[in-house]
Amino acid sequence: MAKTITEKILGGAVGELVEREIDLMMCHEVTTPPALKMLAERGISKVWDSNKIVVTPDHFVPNKDIESAQLAKELNDWAVEQGIKHHYKLGCHGVCHAILPEQGHVKPGLVIVGADSHTCTYGALGAFSTGIGSTDCAYVLATGKLWFKVPETLRFNITGRLQPGVTAKDVILYIIKEIGVDGAQYKAMEFGGEVIDRMSDEEKMTICNMAIEAGGKNGIIETEDYKSDKDCQYEQVYDMDVSDLEPLVAYPHLPSNGKSISEAEKDGIKLDQAFIGSCTNGRFSDLQASAGVLKGKKVQCRTIVIPATTDIYKRCLKEGLIELFIEAGCVVSTPTCGPCLGGHMGVLAKGEKCISTTNRNFVGRMGHPESEVYLASPVTVAASALSGKITDPRKYI
Amino acid sequence: MKAKIHVYQRDNINTDEIIPARYLNTDKEAELAKHAMEDIDKEFVGRVQVGDVVVAGGDFGCGSSREHAVWALRGAGVKAVIAKSFARIFYRNAINNGFLAIECKELDEGLKTGDEIEIDLEGGEIRKDDKVYKFSPIPDFVKKIMEKGNLLETI
Repeated sequence: MAKTITEKILGGAVGELVEREIDLMMCHEVTTPPALKMLAERGISKVWDSNKIVVTPDHFVPNKDIESAQLAKELNDWAVEQGIKHHYKLGCHGVCHAILPEQGHVKPGLVIVGADSHTCTYGALGAFSTGIGSTDCAYVLATGKLWFKVPETLRFNITGRLQPGVTAKDVILYIIKEIGVDGAQYKAMEFGGEVIDRMSDEEKMTICNMAIEAGGKNGIIETEDYKSDKDCQYEQVYDMDVSDLEPLVAYPHLPSNGKSISEAEKDGIKLDQAFIGSCTNGRFSDLQASAGVLKGKKVQCRTIVIPATTDIYKRCLKEGLIELFIEAGCVVSTPTCGPCLGGHMGVLAKGEKCISTTNRNFVGRMGHPESEVYLASPVTVAASALSGKITDPRKYI
Repeated sequence: MKAKIHVYQRDNINTDEIIPARYLNTDKEAELAKHAMEDIDKEFVGRVQVGDVVVAGGDFGCGSSREHAVWALRGAGVKAVIAKSFARIFYRNAINNGFLAIECKELDEGLKTGDEIEIDLEGGEIRKDDKVYKFSPIPDFVKKIMEKGNLLETI
């Protein structure tokens, strides 16, 4: 029977419960330490395969307080003790969903799970990958297996040609605006069409990263060798021509609250903070695009730039981007998820407004419950930082 | 079983509202419980009693994969969540912890905070006075995990 790429990788029919061997498991310091305690309580002292686990601390590093230091220590000590082969310690660490693809761990056709909801990012390279919680994480660490229900697939054909200044981030914000934050609940989101085909791997990662913001189980894009069969059954096919798409800004408090930049500009929203970084948009090409806008100018609100991995940081340094950001008045930090989830390195005060290249704008996401987060692309965030209010990036492109 | 309910009619109650990330520097259930539902309902923790049930709209628990959302609710004494639908990872986390998550599409505005309901798991019914809300029975593989109390007990 003809199958979608997700059905092929999971090896079952839609709706079937399958137990699958896990090819790769991602662990960070917030959700893995609880799993380690569960294993210890049950006397399980050895992971199933120390070569198939990738460990990086990222959420609250460098440690923000004593409690988070404890979690980071538990993760690190365990990884050392277990002889985890791919252990990115602080200093060569990175935001998990940026570092796994960057270091070559993600390959087409693999089944990858991570104890983090944005694990769906790796589908950009043709893997089946999805987020799980700590108990599932413990189960995988012990057995190397996990149960899945094979999901129905929604196919998104993205056609036309993006206008200058309109990015992958705008495309995924548009898709989520169209189908809603639960529009793909439990389903596979398969992205294709000429616009996706023309995208770089980094742009594809931005697209798949936010599949979870539509409730998707995984985001996935076909590769040379892994494709959906011609007559496969999609639950639904969305044809979206994005030739007329404008840059979008997702207003508080849902990623589906997209508004076109021309509408948003009219609102004249004054910003306290701009953030460029995260697993959605903290890769080199994202920072380079922001730098193109910021070059030789000064920001008008506090602006935080965080390269997502150590290697991206080093490349930015070599190519003069770090200096460019600092000259423009930005703060640049070592890799961390920090500000995206209101952890540290850029927490918002009561009533503050932030435009951000991240993925969630829920109540209290980046700080005080009465603060506001506006989601946009790296160029829209950079342009907005320059005027201190939400601004169309196309005047700088 | 009978339970007092706390009702949130809204859809898309997310894990940042159930347990804000600023408290994720610990995984201790008693600590997390102090902040359960804090960003949607500051009074919840003061009001909730052991054995109570949370009732909500669709897509409950969307957002992060943090199992802390389940632990915070359980730690606060919540025995079950009934919602029109659940986000995938929250649902998995609930099952894996033996925490009851009931999907009931028939929920309407008839239920109010403070009401007492009766949940009939075998019959697939929630009853409030004369009103009956039906839900699909809990799938067998879920029941198996629930009976063991935790996914890890099935290893």
